[in-house]
Amino acid sequence: MIELRHLGKTYKTADKEIVALDDINLTVEDGEIYGIIGLSGAGKSTLVRCINLLEKPTAGQVIIDGEDITKISRRRLLDIRKSIGMIFQSFNLLGQRTVLRNVTFPLEIAGEKRTDAKERALELLDVVGLKDRAKSYPSQLSGGQKQRVAIARALATKPKYLLCDEATSALDPNTTKSILELLKKINRIMGVTIIVITHEMRVIDQICDKVAVLDQSKIAEEGKVSEVFINPHSDIAKELILPGKKNDFNIHGGRRVRLTFHPEYGGKPLISEMILKCQAPVNILYADTKEIDGAAYGQMLIELPKEERDAQKMISWLQKSGIEWQEEV
Amino acid sequence: MFSDMLIKLWDNGIIQRGIWETVYMTVISSLIAYVIGLPIGVILNITDKDGIRPIFIVNRILSLIVNFFRSIPFIILMVAMLPVAKFIVGVSLGNQAMIVMLVIAAAPYVARMVESSLKEVDAGVIEAAQSMGTNNLQIVWKVLLPEAKPSLIVGAVISMVTILGYSAMAATIGGTGLGQIAISYGHQRFNPDVTWCCVFLTVIIVQIIQELGTWIAHKTDKRYAS
Repeated sequence: MIELRHLGKTYKTADKEIVALDDINLTVEDGEIYGIIGLSGAGKSTLVRCINLLEKPTAGQVIIDGEDITKISRRRLLDIRKSIGMIFQSFNLLGQRTVLRNVTFPLEIAGEKRTDAKERALELLDVVGLKDRAKSYPSQLSGGQKQRVAIARALATKPKYLLCDEATSALDPNTTKSILELLKKINRIMGVTIIVITHEMRVIDQICDKVAVLDQSKIAEEGKVSEVFINPHSDIAKELILPGKKNDFNIHGGRRVRLTFHPEYGGKPLISEMILKCQAPVNILYADTKEIDGAAYGQMLIELPKEERDAQKMISWLQKSGIEWQEEV
Repeated sequence: MFSDMLIKLWDNGIIQRGIWETVYMTVISSLIAYVIGLPIGVILNITDKDGIRPIFIVNRILSLIVNFFRSIPFIILMVAMLPVAKFIVGVSLGNQAMIVMLVIAAAPYVARMVESSLKEVDAGVIEAAQSMGTNNLQIVWKVLLPEAKPSLIVGAVISMVTILGYSAMAATIGGTGLGQIAISYGHQRFNPDVTWCCVFLTVIIVQIIQELGTWIAHKTDKRYAS
């Protein structure tokens, strides 16, 4: 279990202090895939680096399996780091080593025997589907392949935790999907607890169990992905989850209503029903369906007719229908 | 078409010996300069404020010493260091003394060369190694130096060519080699063809070092493997 308690990080420059993290509290249970989402500059990368102390927090505690690692010796810290794998946006493979020797690198560091290390590395390369590229150099691989090698390398020492710092941000959508599937598989098969840092909502809904939304150095919102997705409270969460929240659709004139579809609605054609009942058309400005934990959740932004009478009719229909809705301002 | 002097020098094996002395001085001086300069370069890199073990005071002092020696023109440094050479090898003349001078002049240069090669290593790769619990010594041995290897080799070639140039200058205060032949037989006794012959031979040596070094650097670099 990873617990962050009142974690803070402040950078001091010559003339001012920059707060990167402010009173961060969160708990990652074993076996979870925990997502941390935020816009650039929100402090995500600093946060994930505080977990293995690549960045030293200036306040608070980082407790890993009950041990506060901000207070331990450097030697002990290096040991702890061997139980926390990490992958990066830019892959960070050793360019002068083959794929195989990249994966054996952490094992060399841990003092494993050469033959054992090689065996373990080949096993892992098999898991990530790159056993046949063992003798290649990173420069000969595609981005997705490089990240697979990085994942194999991060898992070499059988870590309990895996930190992913924007691991898919440099990859195209298809590759992103396959890397996320791989991470999910690793979480399931090996029981590795995964912490994912990202600015992309699709990464969160594809693999995460829980999510924390980071905004301006603070956690704005935290909870199960399905809950945060259906009912975001903070402005930043709304912005990330519900695109079109801002002034994207100002060209039209009518009142705008946002609908949230839950799986319990059982796939009824609600919009068609509303149109037929009210005998007035609506504009669909935005619609999206996401699968979270095997159930489908949807978001839709519609524009009601300009005619106030028709609009009012629809509002009262919505009130009676039991659909979750909210008028946009 | 050649002057009698050039023919005589060649027949007596003086030019051949000059080639050997130049090569020998360059190679030995380069090796010793690296033995001293490489660790200094590594320390400069890791103690830098962006390095893996920033220690301001160590970095500052080393940097000052390196800059001090690098800012003195070689010809002046050479004269000033004669007593040092005498102290270390017992003489202030001849090849051994010249090697001491060359090392004193080249080691700081090498240190800067190494420092800048190591700076090219991607910070992300170092961070990745740190995230695996790699200690600083292991980072130097297993990440910094191997990852910078091609660049270090290119740097070594540049250093060697510089040292070769210095070795010719050393002829003015009692060094040997092609530089000495050019000065005492060519320049001072008015045999321009002897001078040109030495120039030509020096160019060939530089070319060989350059080509060989570049070839090795390219061969070992896996970043552009295809």
